[in-house]
Amino acid sequence: MISLKPDQIQPVAQNTNTNDGKIRDAKTREDSSRREFLKGSAAALALAPGMTLFAYGEAGAKPAAQAVTNKSRWGLLIDAAKFSDADVDACVKACQDENGWRDNGRPLTDAQWIRRVNLKNKKTEEKFSLPMMCQHCAEPPCVDVCPTGASFKRKDGIVLVDKHICIGCRYCMMACPYKARSFVHEHVEDQKEHAPRGIGTVESCTMCVHLVDEGKQPACVKAAPRGGMVFGDLNDKSSKLAQLIKSVATQQVRADLNLDPGVRYRNI
Amino acid sequence: MKIVLIMQRLILTLLGVSFVGVSLLAFTGQASAQPAWMPKPPKAIGGQCDLDPKIMRKTHMNLLDHKRDQTMHDGIRTKKFSLKNCIACHAVKDESNKFVTIKDERHFCRSCHDYVAVRMDCFDCHASRPGDAMNKAAKAAGNPHDKSAGVSSMGKAGDTTVVTLRKFIAGEAK
Ligand code: SF4
Ligand code: SF4
Repeated sequence: MISLKPDQIQPVAQNTNTNDGKIRDAKTREDSSRREFLKGSAAALALAPGMTLFAYGEAGAKPAAQAVTNKSRWGLLIDAAKFSDADVDACVKACQDENGWRDNGRPLTDAQWIRRVNLKNKKTEEKFSLPMMCQHCAEPPCVDVCPTGASFKRKDGIVLVDKHICIGCRYCMMACPYKARSFVHEHVEDQKEHAPRGIGTVESCTMCVHLVDEGKQPACVKAAPRGGMVFGDLNDKSSKLAQLIKSVATQQVRADLNLDPGVRYRNI
Repeated sequence: MKIVLIMQRLILTLLGVSFVGVSLLAFTGQASAQPAWMPKPPKAIGGQCDLDPKIMRKTHMNLLDHKRDQTMHDGIRTKKFSLKNCIACHAVKDESNKFVTIKDERHFCRSCHDYVAVRMDCFDCHASRPGDAMNKAAKAAGNPHDKSAGVSSMGKAGDTTVVTLRKFIAGEAK
């Protein structure tokens, strides 16, 4: 990773108030445990402006009859510098269209699989926004606390809710530091056939697992402009994603919690 | 003592077999001999079922359960015994050439579940009709099983109602 001046490393809010989309409690955090200083940081910085994060699918589809293994670990890299507010909203819309959740105009209870988080650098007053969804933690607290085993991590790192066994206790919602989970408060009709969702269960971003299993990219990745999001296999060192996170500075949000999220960010 | 137990079990088994036999006979009996209140599951629009319908009738819930765990946890997405595929194949269309949802009593699953008064909660979360792509394809191709009435059932041609047990009990069914 490259060196960053402390005020460049921007905090992601611990506490996002989703009612009005504004951050109430933004604290400066940094990827301190992982921060390394490159000697030739100028060289690394020179890479940055011209760097394009291509939406890139390196994995072919696995045979439908084959079970997933821990050979892959799916992950995302999100470059905050490439997102305007409208771009983030386009990703949210793409997720809604793909997975069938929607804004019913009731922000207190509407489900949110992915949301726009607005940030402000207190020192410079620079404002920016980024898309935030389930970070697909390697050590997911939502799985630790689930009393029924409904919240689980697939072998390939995708964290899901098995709604067949979810009792809707919402313990996982309390445990998730990213506020990534939603409870379905209302009766749902006309679900997408690949994304079952219903009242009384908890849900969150599935990393479009139905598409990933077919060797395709998640919907938000396809919708992200200028290759702002890269999806790929973190375990495959030759993947575009692995190559990128090796060559440019990236951060995990709240890395101090040691949850090892599969979603990483750039320029935050 | 042991012999008595074995005899008991044998008798019970025989009884069980004959009971299942009789009920299956009743179920698969000729349409003409079927009383009006018997369920008339609509014919599937796809080809052969994954298993013999007689076996499906008794075990579909276990097969679906098993497949659901495989899909959910292991990402196994083969068509066999997948609810999505069952729904696509057993889709029923209404008069306006659209697939009906579980709200419609002509829905394949309801045609039996209403009769046996077993509530299923699959469709609290799952889509109860094929997705948009399938819907469009079916519309374009037309449904070969669509008679003028829009639904084909095991009952007589043009019979679009699946008589439910509820209706039967309420005395509304003829
Ligand atoms: S981001 Fe939240 S919901 Fe997703 S894996 Fe981590 S703790 Fe669980
Ligand atoms: S709401 Fe569901 S997934 Fe979350 S902890 Fe409770 S049972 Fe587990």
